[in-house]
Amino acid sequence: MTRDETFLQFLLRMGDNTLILGHRVSEWCGHAPVLEEDIALANTALDLIGQTQMWLGLAGEVQGEGKSADDLAFLRDAWDFRNVLLVEVPNGDFGRTLMRQFLFDAWHSIMLGRLLKSSDDRVAAIAEKASKEVAYHLERSSDTVVGLGDGTEESHRRMQEALDYLWPYVGEMFASDEVDAEMAAAGVAPDPASLREEYDSLVQRVLTEATLTIPDSRFAHKGGRDGRMHTEHLGHLLTQMQWLQRAYPGATW
Amino acid sequence: MYAQMIKTAGTGVKSREEMTEQERAFQDKIDADIKIEPKDWMPDDYRATLIRQIGQHAHSEIVGQLPEGNWITRAPTLERKAILLAKVQDEAGHGLYLYCAAETLGVSRDELTEMLLDGRMKYSSIFNYPTLNWADIGAVGWLVDGAAIMNQVPLQRTSYGPYSRAMIRICKEESFHQRQGYDAIRKMAEGTPEQRKMAQDALNRFWYPSLMMFGPSDKDSVHSAQSMAWKIKINTNDELRQKFVDQTVPQAEYLGLTIPDPDLKWNEERGHYDFTQPDWSEFFDVIKGNGPCNTDRLAARNKAWDDGKWVRDGLLEHARKKRARKVAAE
Amino acid sequence: MKNEWPLWEIFIRGQHGMSHRHVGSLHAPDAEMAIKNARDVYTRRNEGVSIWVVEANNITASSPSDKGPLYEPSESKVYRHPTFFDIPEEVGAM
Repeated sequence: MTRDETFLQFLLRMGDNTLILGHRVSEWCGHAPVLEEDIALANTALDLIGQTQMWLGLAGEVQGEGKSADDLAFLRDAWDFRNVLLVEVPNGDFGRTLMRQFLFDAWHSIMLGRLLKSSDDRVAAIAEKASKEVAYHLERSSDTVVGLGDGTEESHRRMQEALDYLWPYVGEMFASDEVDAEMAAAGVAPDPASLREEYDSLVQRVLTEATLTIPDSRFAHKGGRDGRMHTEHLGHLLTQMQWLQRAYPGATW
Repeated sequence: MYAQMIKTAGTGVKSREEMTEQERAFQDKIDADIKIEPKDWMPDDYRATLIRQIGQHAHSEIVGQLPEGNWITRAPTLERKAILLAKVQDEAGHGLYLYCAAETLGVSRDELTEMLLDGRMKYSSIFNYPTLNWADIGAVGWLVDGAAIMNQVPLQRTSYGPYSRAMIRICKEESFHQRQGYDAIRKMAEGTPEQRKMAQDALNRFWYPSLMMFGPSDKDSVHSAQSMAWKIKINTNDELRQKFVDQTVPQAEYLGLTIPDPDLKWNEERGHYDFTQPDWSEFFDVIKGNGPCNTDRLAARNKAWDDGKWVRDGLLEHARKKRARKVAAE
Repeated sequence: MKNEWPLWEIFIRGQHGMSHRHVGSLHAPDAEMAIKNARDVYTRRNEGVSIWVVEANNITASSPSDKGPLYEPSESKVYRHPTFFDIPEEVGAM
């Protein structure tokens, strides 16, 4: 891969994570347990969509084929998506949605913190804006995970189930490959593996407060961030998301 | 409008002689455009009518999230998705402001919610119609929000302080809604033949339901007269409907879309458009629960409420534990 | 069992060294979540604002008297002393 191709892969990984998670979170709009949560979830989704426009916009520039962020979001097939599997799994109940949010926010906030010092100014600028938003996402999802984990018996049970279900998807966020090695060598982005220690201590602290137990396994599903093998869920998500653009090619909306 | 067919409590407008001293003082305040505030004395019928009206308005905002929310995951661009999501989020916000205004009258949000969920309280008939193509999102913003604004702008001057302040906040956000709707449908009307077809189809389906939003004619209603004397209703339904038609016809012409009413024409003498009334038997069917989406809408709200119970209970229980731990530590 | 989240009154200070103003209410399980909800509902999370939350139950309000001499609009100017909410200043005269 050329340097630009590697850089493009990195940008797609960032942008596809926010695109797919933003889409999932937006599915809650109008269906949340209480109005205040409905409004808060929409804010999170809106932030993620905004970040997607920045990451995929830059990806289109770097790719140099005249593609917009919309072209990349709405006209690629599943094998071209580079998001981690964690963000594409279905929402499940509110507990699973918030647990997924927390597990992602924790990684996201650490990642963006490192990207502030990226050797690429454009990456640093996106990280600058996104990190403020994500700091708040993490604060909110942590509080909710703690509140529900240390709430009623039922809420505790549901949060533990959510954690058990999602934990095998955590490891992929820290898997490194040659793209990461090259980005790290160029000072564009950190090696994901180097984020794990900080992540573990953050997640451990919050989940302990939530009276939840981290599963005793480091097994990790993989295949999202390199596009080798997504879950079956991604295709359904794209079918819905991309439908209008696919059915009426070339139309302006 | 989002509050339709509100049954005004009481027996109609009393003459000054029939009023008690308190009632006279209350009416004088209203006549002098002095706001009624939560701790002020107010007639029971005024309170009851306001709870119905504000509650129904709030419910309409919440149920109103559903038809538009139906398209969030299918929005055709990232920008359209963000705009639509922000708009539907605003509706949740409007519902929240209105529930809070109702709560100052001594009813809780949960009580109001339960009355919506078991059918004791209603929401606007318009939200029982489906959104079937992307142009519907434009049509809802343009026509439905447009119709709502007709009613909401004058309600900023309503006599009950908390309601009036909620309406001021809401109106500021609603004009964004109507504009984004018109902008979205304009893109369609100026787009490909298929997009044009979607836009016309949306107008065909939403025109008469939008006219129904104002409710049947109430110019001779004694209940209406009482609500107007209390300044919780500012204009008659017919006045608002006419204003809406007059405003909307040129907007449709600009888009090159045809309003589905062959008898629609400008009446020079009246200075207004003549138009065909909606089918009121259909309206009463919808109100009774037989609209195309009544069952689905209520089921969706019930599901969100039932599925969310463990979350609400869990977070509240955590707050109690935290408080207890704090007390124990002191 | 009635398990409704308590109602909180929200006061926000804008960025210009103004005093906190009442902006509205919301429900939350506790004070910390009330502040977070206020950020999401009433400020869309603008930075640099200061938020106060007070459980509505803990607010003591004066009782307006509607009887006799106090009811004289020109003197009592009830309308200048809204008891519950402030009108957002951007709205101007109303």
